[in-house]
Amino acid sequence: MNKRFTGLAVAVLAILAWSVVYPNLSVVAGSFAHGGRDWLAFFQSPADHEALVNTLVIAVASVASALAVGVPLAFLLTRFEFRGRRFMSAVATLPAALPPLVGVIAFMFLYGESGVVTRGVQTLFGLAHPPWTFTGVWAIVFVHAYTMYVYVFLFVSAGLERYDTSLDEAAEGLGAPAALRLRRVTLPLLTPSLIGSMLLVFMSALGSFSAPYIFGGGARVLSTQILVSKLNGSMGMAYVETSMLVITAIVALAVLRWIERRREYAMSGKGRVTRTVVRSPFWRHAAPAVAALAVVFLVLPHAMVVLVSFARDGAWTTQVLPPQYTLDNFRRLATDPDLIQPITNSVSMAAIATAANVVVCFLAAYLLVLSRAPGKRLLGLLVALPWAIPATAIALGLAATFDRNALASAKLLLVGTFWILPLAYFVRNIPVVTNAIEGSLRQMDPTIEDAARGLGASWMLAMRRVVLPAARPGLVAGAMLAAVAAVGEFVASIVLYSHSNRPISMEILSQLRGLSFGTAAAYSVLLIALVLAITTGARWAESRMA
Amino acid sequence: MREPSGLRLEGVSRRYQGSGRGVEALSLDVRPGELLALIGASGSGKTTTLRMVAGYEPPDAGRIALVSAAGAERDITREPPQRRGFGMVFQHYALFPHMSVQENVAFGLEARRVPKAERLARATEALAGVGLAGYGPRAVQALSGGEQQRVALARALVIEPNVLLLDEPLSNLDPTLRQTTRDELREMLHRLHVTAMFVTHDQEDAFAVADRVAMLCAGRLEQVGTPEALYQAPASQVVAKFVGRGTFAPAAADGDTAIVTIGGVSQRAPLGSAHGTGDRWAVLRPESLTAVEPATGEAWHGTVQTRRFAGDHYVYRVGDIAGAAEPLEVMCEHGNFAEGDAVAVRLRPKPLALVAAQRAS
Repeated sequence: MNKRFTGLAVAVLAILAWSVVYPNLSVVAGSFAHGGRDWLAFFQSPADHEALVNTLVIAVASVASALAVGVPLAFLLTRFEFRGRRFMSAVATLPAALPPLVGVIAFMFLYGESGVVTRGVQTLFGLAHPPWTFTGVWAIVFVHAYTMYVYVFLFVSAGLERYDTSLDEAAEGLGAPAALRLRRVTLPLLTPSLIGSMLLVFMSALGSFSAPYIFGGGARVLSTQILVSKLNGSMGMAYVETSMLVITAIVALAVLRWIERRREYAMSGKGRVTRTVVRSPFWRHAAPAVAALAVVFLVLPHAMVVLVSFARDGAWTTQVLPPQYTLDNFRRLATDPDLIQPITNSVSMAAIATAANVVVCFLAAYLLVLSRAPGKRLLGLLVALPWAIPATAIALGLAATFDRNALASAKLLLVGTFWILPLAYFVRNIPVVTNAIEGSLRQMDPTIEDAARGLGASWMLAMRRVVLPAARPGLVAGAMLAAVAAVGEFVASIVLYSHSNRPISMEILSQLRGLSFGTAAAYSVLLIALVLAITTGARWAESRMA
Repeated sequence: MREPSGLRLEGVSRRYQGSGRGVEALSLDVRPGELLALIGASGSGKTTTLRMVAGYEPPDAGRIALVSAAGAERDITREPPQRRGFGMVFQHYALFPHMSVQENVAFGLEARRVPKAERLARATEALAGVGLAGYGPRAVQALSGGEQQRVALARALVIEPNVLLLDEPLSNLDPTLRQTTRDELREMLHRLHVTAMFVTHDQEDAFAVADRVAMLCAGRLEQVGTPEALYQAPASQVVAKFVGRGTFAPAAADGDTAIVTIGGVSQRAPLGSAHGTGDRWAVLRPESLTAVEPATGEAWHGTVQTRRFAGDHYVYRVGDIAGAAEPLEVMCEHGNFAEGDAVAVRLRPKPLALVAAQRAS
């Protein structure tokens, strides 16, 4: 029994050490390849200084704006009852359904220099110039606020669902006015939800690539700077920049975790949600109106991508809306072998990465929850590590490590081959898949496995008949999350892809560069459809097996 | 210590669409310094009433007022909870899990902008008052249920509330703790001379703590009075059933005599009270009846189904009585009868309560 655990633990640790730790150590080692020269250059370079400052400003501002949108919205939708609330709740998480690059493109179509809203306002008021230029730090923050407030909204809503409202009532009855209640009771009790979502937003914003890449204008950030250095062949500098990005991420992680730990307590009593019916005559009419406006804003990007996917390439130049519509874009995606290849690439690479994630992450979760294998703490740390490392950094680590065949140093030539991208997707999704499976296994009574073994079941039989069924919801959810992330992956792909294995996201980018907006949008619609198919499929699989 | 205020509810209603639950035209006075218990089955509207008094739910109709000892009324129907100055003890106590015991107790004073040193001193004093001296720095999770209940009480009392409201304050305690706690609670509330309204579904808690008891049924006030009044002179079958054991049998009042008839055999006892009109039932408490050896004369004959030892007496459950809808519970000083024995049931010469007969019970 223990021997088996030890063997398993060694195997899983070896895989993680090879795919997660080794590449990142290669990056750190690479940054010192010329002694401290590259580090010195980094701190003396005004461009890198700007990138570092911009990265931090964007991350902090993204957290602030995501909180500003997500927290009030969560309160509104969990604490109040008004017409349109249910619909609003359903729509509020829509931005999360947009693959990273697709969301950014939708914003370009809407608010970019030649975007529909921009041109619309310009035409409406007869302006000589576009009313705004949607570039730079604040454009990036705006896009982040739209896509990332969902984390805050979901975390805080979940926190409020578990929240015992009699605590607020107690404070109210003790004479505390609304502001004091919020400051002293409600918000402190929501700290775990707030910190959890802030971490997620901060990490996503820190590693965000597509928004700065498309809307950055002149503004540099670390993640794009890394790619520039790599393309310029200054690998030492790319490694230093990557190390800085990782250091920033880990410091932020440590600080937020420290704050969270100081606020640890268990919620006593059961959660009880009472929704206040909006009664004031003004808000009874204003609330649905505001909600409707918000819905339009939230749905607009999706609608825009769908609309443009029917626009004839090259015809949309200076008009507010695309002037000509056609089904050609989709027809070509289905018939042109050159356009089909990215689709088969993305699907097959996502499938391979997801399969690997399911197997390795299940074993890791099993060891973490049900075993007394040695090195559990180390294992827990390793599976969480890719979460703290921005995707650009992960990709660069892989590029630095798997660039040649050298058995002595455990290196394989993967760069330039098909396999480098599935590996990158696999590494990126280790934390989320392990977490999902761990969650399911933790709900299982650990003595059940012992009981099965006590009844004479072999380890394999106990695994097949007891452990796997218990892990099933987590396996399905984890596979779904991994597949969704992999099929639309962009950030690691842009560092590592080659023409033969280019995924959909890269093809979207190259179509945009060729000004084939219709084709790019058609790919985006296809990507959204794939995401929907995966989530629906997972839900179907779960309901059939349950 | 200031004079406590009383509480007046006039025609207070609250309806929930579709559920049929709520409170219907409830009028009730709580006198200054009085402990009033609201009892009733779950869904009877007692918690809704308490929440309306506290200000957490607005009444659809009616008026709630504070009445000073001199008789001056202050309408608080539309006042938000934080301005009513009431203390409330919640069913699950609603202690703030992120604050220490002392911070919890001091929170109401913080809301009143009492300087920090003073509010901490008063919190310490309030904790000592509920027997928790020295508990201030502890975390609330580290406390037992009984201790949490007392912290909740201290937190509600430290603000010197106009009225103290308690929602099932004893329901989360284990039975032995519950008995001592309710004696302490009554003693403490009387000592502080605070007006209190508390909700319970447990008639024993209500009788042990309250000066007067108000019973609600389906959102309506069935009866309000002293525990003795509710037990000895219930206004309806619902009240009689809720506040003690007993069975019902057709009866009539004849002057100051009650005549109870089962299976054509009538027995007489002094009339204690008579409520309602039309057909009436007598409330046959176990102590209103006794069992004797089968004999001729005015008695109801049956067989002992169960025999229960209850300390200084025995309770027999006597069935197979001709014309009786259900077995009678009978109290006896002796345990001479065994299960299966034939016995005769007689009325004791104790005052009987009559209530209006109901079709469906």
